[in-house]
Formats: sequence, structure tokens, C-alpha cells
Amino acid sequence: MLLVGRPIKIVRSERASTWFLFVLAAVAVVVPVLNQAVPESSAFHISSYGLTLIGKYMCYAMLALAVDLIWGYCGILSLGHAAFFSLGGYAMGMYLMRQIGPRGVYGDPVLPDFMVFLNWKELPWFWYGFNHFSFALLMMLIAPALLALVFGWFAFRSRVTGVYFSIITQALTYALMLAFFRNDMGFGGNNGFTDFKDLLGFDLHSDATRVVLVVITAITLGAGYLACRAIVASRAGRVIRAIRDAESRTRFLGYPVESFKLWVFVFSAVLAGAAGALYVPQVGIINPSEFAPINSIEVVIWVAVGGRGTLFGAVAGAVLVNYAKTYLTGAFPEVWLYALGALFVLVTLFLPRGLAGILTGRDKAK
Amino acid sequence: MTKHLRAGLWLLLLLGLWGPSSILAQSPNDADFLAALGELREASFADKEAIVERLIQNGHPGVHSVLTAFLSDRLYFRNDDQKVFIVKSTEGEPAALDLVDPQTVKDAGSAPADSLTKIGTNNRLRRVLRTTVARFGLSSPDTAVRLDAVRDIIRSLDEANVALLNERIGVETNASVKREISMGLALAALDGSDPKVRLDAVATLSQSVSQDVRNKLASLTEKSPDGNFVEADEQVRQAAVKALTTIDTWRTLYSYIETLFFGLSLGSVLVLVAIGLAITFGVMGVINMAHGELMMLGAYTTYVVQTAMPQHIGISILVAIPAAFVVAAVAGIVIERTIIRFLYGRPLETLLATFGLSLILQQLVRSIFSALNRSVETPAWMSGTLQLNEALSITYNRLYIVIFTLLVFAVIVAVMKRTRLGLNIRAVSQNRSMARAMGIRTEWVDAMTFGLGAGIAGVAGVALSQLTNVGPNLGQSYIIDSFMVVVFGGVGNLWGALVGGMSLGIVNKLLEPYSGAVLAKIFVLVALILFIQRRPRGLFPQTGRSAENG
Repeated sequence: MLLVGRPIKIVRSERASTWFLFVLAAVAVVVPVLNQAVPESSAFHISSYGLTLIGKYMCYAMLALAVDLIWGYCGILSLGHAAFFSLGGYAMGMYLMRQIGPRGVYGDPVLPDFMVFLNWKELPWFWYGFNHFSFALLMMLIAPALLALVFGWFAFRSRVTGVYFSIITQALTYALMLAFFRNDMGFGGNNGFTDFKDLLGFDLHSDATRVVLVVITAITLGAGYLACRAIVASRAGRVIRAIRDAESRTRFLGYPVESFKLWVFVFSAVLAGAAGALYVPQVGIINPSEFAPINSIEVVIWVAVGGRGTLFGAVAGAVLVNYAKTYLTGAFPEVWLYALGALFVLVTLFLPRGLAGILTGRDKAK
Repeated sequence: MTKHLRAGLWLLLLLGLWGPSSILAQSPNDADFLAALGELREASFADKEAIVERLIQNGHPGVHSVLTAFLSDRLYFRNDDQKVFIVKSTEGEPAALDLVDPQTVKDAGSAPADSLTKIGTNNRLRRVLRTTVARFGLSSPDTAVRLDAVRDIIRSLDEANVALLNERIGVETNASVKREISMGLALAALDGSDPKVRLDAVATLSQSVSQDVRNKLASLTEKSPDGNFVEADEQVRQAAVKALTTIDTWRTLYSYIETLFFGLSLGSVLVLVAIGLAITFGVMGVINMAHGELMMLGAYTTYVVQTAMPQHIGISILVAIPAAFVVAAVAGIVIERTIIRFLYGRPLETLLATFGLSLILQQLVRSIFSALNRSVETPAWMSGTLQLNEALSITYNRLYIVIFTLLVFAVIVAVMKRTRLGLNIRAVSQNRSMARAMGIRTEWVDAMTFGLGAGIAGVAGVALSQLTNVGPNLGQSYIIDSFMVVVFGGVGNLWGALVGGMSLGIVNKLLEPYSGAVLAKIFVLVALILFIQRRPRGLFPQTGRSAENG
């Protein structure tokens, strides 16, 4: 069992937390300067590709935080977090699609291109309101939260735990993927949403907008991190860890295990949804393959590599693994899957507490 | 010298072919038969019809074979001596054709294809031939041939044919042939004028399920463009409507049976996949995410075996079954020894490690066999359909897969219940430390159990190779469904896997016509999530006393 709560470790993870927030603040300050102020000829200039990449990594880090909170601290392995991430992304995508307005290929003032293409005459009801950013913003958080609430309520109430829960969440995201692939769902079928023009009137293709997005992402990540830390450090956080270590005992002690689990799960889903919502305008596309079960499992390996049960570990894992992925898929495309596979095997066998385990404690991993 | 002799013999033979008073002919019957055959070579299509007529009158024992061959374009003559032969088969355009002597209906060696010329037919002639052959078929001792013959005749009903059927029904002993004949007669009677006879005919036809009969009856109930009914007789029309309802009910019933069968065959695949999972997941508490990839290994083994023995596709699949078992089982044992044994008691970690393994295996296969799909040939004995009646047919490969699944299931149940290994496996799964205390080598049992589960995955891969393309993603597409089966049926329970797989397959197929394949899948997943609300441990839960067992 993981012994989070030992004084020495808390001190160290406090220090790591400070470091992480410092790095995040630095990113939020330095990246805009390097992109906007440093001339393109300079070696320190960050291209718009670099901006997108940094923004993407931070979104992934947020997703990793969400998974770490539920898996590392509460012991619930969700293999369906990509579903929440994608739902947030789709909500943002719907807003961005409405923003295109008459500038689409078919020039319809209301209907997005794919609906014109499918010969639809009017907007489906669930698209109403997405032309207002505030409504869309709400939906980006509420849609994942609602799914997590309903699903979690059903699952936890009947005490679906351990691998059962993992498999069911995987089935959930798989079912959603299949559903979103369908054209008549009204979410663009397998092409999803793309060709976005602007967000709140700012051109998505300009570097200035991208810089602002990166800064917003950094701030959101920081806020998410602090929120997670607050949860973990609170009394509720102790109960959550108790659930992870001895669920039945916690229940027998009188704690409402199911509600604790449910609220952590919902919070985690909201965090994942926010990550997805920030992800979509930066990469410029959202389609059903984001729901693919493998995506959810990849998130789990980021967390495992970084070290579950430590928030900064999850963030570090997400950035490291994704950097390796960007590099390997570019340089040696056929090696990437071997590397990812080996990572899964080696980390579970030899690094059960991830890189954070090496940093924070000399105590041997179980 | 011999050359001259042979030339002389050929001359005699030619005389025999042409001259009615041939010395080679054994009877006038024979002579006329051969003469008619000879004329067939160069006759016009109209003349050929007359010659066919003559052949029928002749009644020579070879006539049936000749006309059958003629109908299927297998009647040839040899270029150098003009002798007419039946060719056994022209399928695949072989270089040499096996010949049959039409007179004796015995093998007559073979000849190169370019030394023979086909005697051609046209549509009209073929129609005549078809009924003629059907008439011959009607008196065949083989029931199946008679049944086909009746069906052929019904397709082109004329007075002569009706007479033929009338004649046959008196002597026919087989019930199904008799039924078919009475259907034909009823169809003919429908076109008559006696209202009483026509009503009877409609009543008879209502027992049929064939599409042709249905169309005929439906045409009786239609309105012509001017608003009047095509059928003037009110009573006949109403009877026809009633008969149509009956027929449609039966046809719907049969289509349900067909759907049920499709569901069973889909379910069998799920069961095959899930049995292996049930053993590793249930008995050992190990989540093997690489299970799908072990299946993929089995499927690729089938492909390799088939490539290695291209001459014996039919046997290759039988060789592939044990080969795939061994390949997958060895892979499984290696996985267990190198990775999984370090992770016992930590199911979530096992899940991650085996998932990583599945990625590696997929990429490995991609590197070796390329990312393209490989197609595995279906052996001849597994292709084709089993026609149960006009409304219901079953494809053999699906039928075999259902049977195969049941066989595998029976074998596994037997292994678990009747063998030493099975006893050990059950003992270890129930109480590991007690089993060890009793002298069971638990490590060895673990490896064997995992090998067994993996081997079954390999065998499932062989079955899958017959249904879908063999590619690196083969395993992934089934793995989620089969986990659902295990969760539904109850972990660690073979019967749960069987019942769970079959019911999920059937429900999927029953929903498909109403909602489409994708939505059906989604409905099943949602239903399953709701189902485990009621029974979190599946249909057949493992019971225990610890609080964790709920």
C-alpha cells in the first residue's frame, strides 16, 4: 500500500508543488514573450506549432490530474476519462461551430456545414444556446459532470468496484465513441468538428489568440492543481485515501463511501471536461476517435509513469510521455507502440510508484 | 501397322455414329441415340430442340446424363474424331478435361481442353432442357433430386408439366416431395376457371412459405390501375388475403429463427473469446487485456498454416486448430512467467501491464506481416448454405462455428471437472495457501491455467479467421464485447460465459433490424450497465463469505 501521509513525504511533495506552480507561472509569462517579442530568426523563438504543443501538453496534464485524483487517491481506475475529456471538447466544438456562422463552405447562417451536407433543415434542439459562450462554457463542465454523476451513481451504488468498474468505464467510452460516429447523432459523424474560425471574436489562427489560450490553459491547470491539492489535503481527502486503502473498513467506520466516491468522480470528470474544452480550440479539431478506449488507457500510463498518488507526478508524467510520443511518432513512427507498450510493462513491474516514487521516498515500493 | 489398324477402328466407329445399321450398335435404340448425338454437333438451335425431343423419346439410359451435361455446358465433341463426350467438370478451366462416354456413362479417360469443342445452347434451348431434365429428375430414386426437379418444373408450368406432376403425385411416397408437387398443382389450378378448385388451391398454397407462391397470391389481391381488383372472384380474393396472412406469419417466424441463429453464431464467437477470459479473469483474478492479441496470434497462425499448405486448404484449418492452441498457449505461458506472476493480487496493475503487452504484440504483428489485412481462405466444406426450406437457410461456416464453440466448451468443462489439472486449478482458485499446503505446485498451476486460457484464445482466433479479415486490430474489436460477456455471465464461471455470450449475441442480433448494428451495440452496453445494478456479480456469481465478496 502507498503510505501517503508520512511527514517526510508531505514536506517533499509540498516542495514539488511549489516548484510545479513556479514552472507553470514561468510558462505563462515566458512563452508569450518568446513567441511575441523574440524575432522568428532567434533560436529562442517559439513557433505557433510550439505554442500548440505546449497548450496540448498542459491540457493533457489537466486530464492526468483528473485521473490521478480518482485513481491515485481514491483507488478507482477509470478507463473512460477520455469520454469526459471529449464531452468537454465537443461542447466547446459546438460553440466554435456556431461561431463559424455564414463563413462555412455552404454559407448557411445557422446550420454547420455537416448538417447542410446531410440535408438537415433546422438545428437539433440540443444545439440551441451554443451560440452563447456563457451557455457553452456551462455545458463544457455540466455535460461531463452529468455523465459522471449518473454513471457514478449507478456504478457506486451497486458497489461496482475494482476491475469491474474499469471495464464498465471502458465500455462506456466505447459506446460513446460508437454513438458519436453516427451521422444522425448530430455531432458531425466521424469527421467531428473542424475548420473553426474564431473564439469570442478572436481569430483562432493568430498567434496572439494562441498565446492567450496557452496562458488561460496554464492558469486553469494551476487552479485545477490547487483545487486537487486542497481536496487531497482536506479531511475529505483523508477519507478518500482511506477508501483507497481499505474501503470496507471505511464504510464500517460510518463514512458514506459511495457519496465520497461519487463526488470525487464528478469533480474529476469536470476537470477532464475543462481540459477537453481547452484542448479543442488549440488543436482545431474534435472527432469521435477522441473517445477511443486506448486514449483513456494512455492517460492512465501517464499517471503511472509520473507516479500516482502524487499530483505533480501525474503532471510530469503527462508531459514526459507526451513529449516522448511527439518525438518518437515523428522520428521513428513504428517504434512508438513498442515504447508505449514497454512503458506499461516496465512501469508496473519496476516502478509501481512512478518517477515521483524515486524522487520522494527512499522507502521501497511494494 | 498399328497406326493403320487404329485408323480402321476409328472408321468403323464413325460408321457406327452415322449409320443406323452400324455394326457396332447393340440395339436399334442405341443406334438412334448415337445418331441423334452425332447430329447435335452441327445442328441449328431449332434443330437441336427437335433432336433433344428425339433423345427423350428414345429412352436410352444415357439420355439423362447427356441432357444434364448439355444443360450445364458440359457436352463436347472431340475435334479429331467428332465423337461426343460428356465432360465431368469445366470448373477452373483445367488444361485437361475428364471425359465420360455418353453411351455407357463410364469414364473414358481425359483429353486436352483445346482438342475438344463445346456444343452450344441458347436460352430457349436451355429452358426446354431444364424441364426435360426435371422430368428425368422426377423419377430419380434420390429424394433431393426429385425435390429439385419439382421446383424446376413449378418455375415453368405448362399443360405437359402439370400432367407430369399429376402423374407423379399418385406414385410419390416421400412426403416433402408430395407436398411440393401439390403446391405446383395448386399454382396451376389457380389459373383455371372452376371457383371451387381455385379456392382449394389457395387453401393448399397457404401452407407454403416460398416467395414465388407468396408473390402469386399477392398478385391476386392487387388492384389494377383502373381501380378494379385484378381478381374478379370475391371469395378467391378473400381466401388469398387470408392465405397471405398465414404465409407471412410463417415467413416472419422463419426470419426470427434465422435471426436467432445469427445471434447464436455471433454469441458463439463471444463465448469462444470469453471462455479463455473467464479462466484467466475468473479463476486467476487476472485481467488479461492482451487476450484479444492472443486471439490475433491464433488467427495469424491459421494464415501461416494455410500459406504453408496451399494444396490442402480443407485440412489446413484442422491443422491450424492445434497449432494455434500451442502458439497462443506458449505465448501465454511466457507472458505469465515473465510478467504476470509478479503482479498477482494487484489486478489493476495486471490490467495495465497486459495492455502494454497487447500494444507490443500488435506492433510486432504489424512489423512481421505488415499492417494490411490478410485473408484466410474458407475451405470448401465450410462454405455454402444449408437450405432448410424456401424461407430459411443457414450458412455452413456459421453452423460449424456454433458446433465448434459447443465442442470447445464441452472440452474445457471436461478438463476443469475431470482432469488432474482442472482439479488443481479449482483448488488453487478457491484457496491458494491451502492448495499449496496440500502439495500442489501453485506456480506451475498458475502457468498452466494461463496457458490454457491463452490457448483457447488462439483457438478462438482460428474461428474468427473464418468470419473476418485477419489483421493487427482483430483482437481489439472483440475484447470489449467479451469482457462484457464475462461481467454479464459472472466472473470465473464457464456456464456464465456460455449463457452470457449466447444471450448477448442473440439480443444484439434481435435489436439490429430495429436500430441498426451500432445502436444495438450501444443499447446492449447500456442495458448491461443497468443489469449489473441488480446483479453486480453477474448471472452466476461466485459466492464467498468475505465482506469484499458482497
